[in-house]
Amino acid sequence: MTMQETEERGGRGTEKLMTGTQAVAQAVRLADVDVTAAYPIRPYDGVMQAVAKLIADGDLDAEYIVAEGEHSQFEICKHASAVGSRVFVGSSGVGWMYAMESLAVTPSLRLPVVAMIGNRALDDPGAFGVEHNDAMSVRDLGWQLNWVENAQECFDATLMAYRVAEDSRVSFPVGIGVDGAFITHSQTLIKIPDQEMVDEFLPPYDLGDRLLHPDNPISIAPQANEDWVMEIRKQTDDAAKRVKGVIQEAHDDFKRIFGRGGDNPFFEEYMTEDAEYVLFGMGSLSLPAKVMVRRLRDQGEKVGFVRLKWFRPFPTEEMVEVLTRFKAVGIVDRDYSYGSPKQGGVLFTDLRAALYDAEVRPRLVNFIGGLGGRELTPEMMDDMADTTKRAAAGEDVPTVRWIGVRE
Amino acid sequence: MTMAPGRALQLDPIKSIKKAPEEEYYQSGHRTCQGCLSALPMRLMAKAAGPRTIVLGTTGCMYVANTTYMSTPWVVPWMHTQLGAAGSAALGTSAGLKALMRKGKIKDEPINVIAFCGDGGGADMGLAAISAALTDVEYNLLIFLYDNESYANTDIQTSGQTPWGAVTTFSPPGKKHRIMQRRWKKNVPGMLAAGHPDTKYIASGTPAIPVDMMDKVRAALSAGGPTYVHVLDPCPKGWHYDPEHSTELGKLAIETGIYPLYEIKEGVCNFTGTTRQIAQGRRERKPVREYLEKQGRFAHFKNQDFAYFQKKIDEMWEQWIIPGVIAFSYGGPINITSEKATVRNNNVERDNASWAGERPGHAHEELEGDGGLDREWRDDNMMGDPSSGN
Repeated sequence: MTMQETEERGGRGTEKLMTGTQAVAQAVRLADVDVTAAYPIRPYDGVMQAVAKLIADGDLDAEYIVAEGEHSQFEICKHASAVGSRVFVGSSGVGWMYAMESLAVTPSLRLPVVAMIGNRALDDPGAFGVEHNDAMSVRDLGWQLNWVENAQECFDATLMAYRVAEDSRVSFPVGIGVDGAFITHSQTLIKIPDQEMVDEFLPPYDLGDRLLHPDNPISIAPQANEDWVMEIRKQTDDAAKRVKGVIQEAHDDFKRIFGRGGDNPFFEEYMTEDAEYVLFGMGSLSLPAKVMVRRLRDQGEKVGFVRLKWFRPFPTEEMVEVLTRFKAVGIVDRDYSYGSPKQGGVLFTDLRAALYDAEVRPRLVNFIGGLGGRELTPEMMDDMADTTKRAAAGEDVPTVRWIGVRE
Repeated sequence: MTMAPGRALQLDPIKSIKKAPEEEYYQSGHRTCQGCLSALPMRLMAKAAGPRTIVLGTTGCMYVANTTYMSTPWVVPWMHTQLGAAGSAALGTSAGLKALMRKGKIKDEPINVIAFCGDGGGADMGLAAISAALTDVEYNLLIFLYDNESYANTDIQTSGQTPWGAVTTFSPPGKKHRIMQRRWKKNVPGMLAAGHPDTKYIASGTPAIPVDMMDKVRAALSAGGPTYVHVLDPCPKGWHYDPEHSTELGKLAIETGIYPLYEIKEGVCNFTGTTRQIAQGRRERKPVREYLEKQGRFAHFKNQDFAYFQKKIDEMWEQWIIPGVIAFSYGGPINITSEKATVRNNNVERDNASWAGERPGHAHEELEGDGGLDREWRDDNMMGDPSSGN
């Protein structure tokens, strides 16, 4: 297929001004979700308002249950998934944590639940704004997690989530991290493809011989204890290792059919070609970071930005290949990890581990900022870039620094 | 639009044990205690429900001791669910089936969905989820609570269903406090019936009276919509008695009036079996002491404890508006101001359409006439006008 044809195909459908949550709802509609369950918490709940309206208007044929708490909300969807229904669910902040028991068992059950996480600070004290600790709390459990940059990516990531989650080689839940307020509630113009294109990308959900149905009378998740739990965990680990390959395949198809998605599914490089140092982060902080890069580039600085899209699976080999090109990397964490090895953020700690085996390691500095929904401004990015530049030059800079905090 | 996925399987009453189906859908393979009257209701429930059934089981005895990897006793499909998730597991399963049938993705047929839970999972942690499930009248499901009056699987701890004064590992009698369990047992089926008027069937039973229990399961499954059956299961380990006395204790619970048998069908409550005889004055309640003294968990009771217990049972029978079911009396008198009496009773004819989503206001249905939306919803913030009745 020529590039022109791809572009023409990518142009099929409609263009609309939408918030991130509305964009997710449009993908839910085109994925023909069968069951969804709602419970209110800001900022994710906009998506359930949009889904409810789609159902009320007859644009989506799905069972819609308003649960009495997030634990039930996620259990309802987990069990609907086990009988062969495609499901959509989501939450934010402490709501996500209230569902934690269900979140823990869903990947072990290998059920491809797709959830939107409208990232929100964990109370107390109360805060509506974004922090990534809510979604990151499930990072070790088998949830596949990605973070998006804008409403278009909300839409695209949701379709990708179903494709990857339901692939029989994977069969894991996928969580889409959407920065609260900055993306959930910000409108951008997005392309919505027609149903035919989505159907070409996303095959029907088929659990095969794991379907719970009287015609297939299996017992799911009996008491296994030490006799078998390790073998089952190992199978889950083997599946986790297959996810990256499936994401790559899905990305290639996505790009072929919709003509979008970037060079690779795992990360985005922004003006990094001859960069000596870069900032690194996830989600909406890419916007001020990119402003910073453009401004400093105009001043002759060899600075760039790398945005991670898939946090689980963590693209270790790719990160080693990309980030070892630079002298220093400044990791911007919109999260915290109290008492962690370097008292830094979660992303920083993971990236340090990923780069440990690299032959040449860049210097890594960590910035914790934008917590509780506080804005990360281009000026703060300038400040972080300056520290990273000094680290690249071999200067002694703090390994971890909190940004924009009143003393 | 077809509403057929909402059809409930119609199951006739069994009436006598000899007429019970021979087929077993819960077989050997479990490793429950000798004399366990929580395993028996699983067998009876599965037998009553038949092969077109999906069973969801919460954590508890009937998970841990009952369903072991590689030796499952379940012939019908079975899935574990979380301790407090009986209601949501049943909802999700039923909703999933309904969506797939409506959308033509699987064969359109009635399938029973039963979620069981223990008293800890159902009456404590999972009560909110069960309550939510009982309000979602579009889904066929049965919540089956097996009540052995403690967290028996984790070594007999006090639950919201543990009787007053009973010894558990969380309520041991000591030198200073003889009675450590000072809460009166929650009246769960009565509470659920009182609070969920659209639920078509709620009943109490016991495996000690198996035909009655099986017929209640069948009535619940046939009623359609969300339903609830509570069964009292004597537990040799938790109640401290010889396993051979399990059935006898189940019967004594009925005969002493501590645990009444009843069913609430379409908003009408009727006692069943021995309880019916007691309620009709054809049989005396036995003193509750006869029941309590046979159980080691009450071995520390003094006369005053037995007296207190009997007083509470007497109150339940003599002062509750419906004995053993609705836990209060009415201060009256009733003064109905409308011209037409609207109090529901047996003699009022009610137009109960089948539950299956065919009443106005249910999703996926064209709304017509008075049941329809009489105004547009505001799109800006999705706020509805309460006066529209929707």
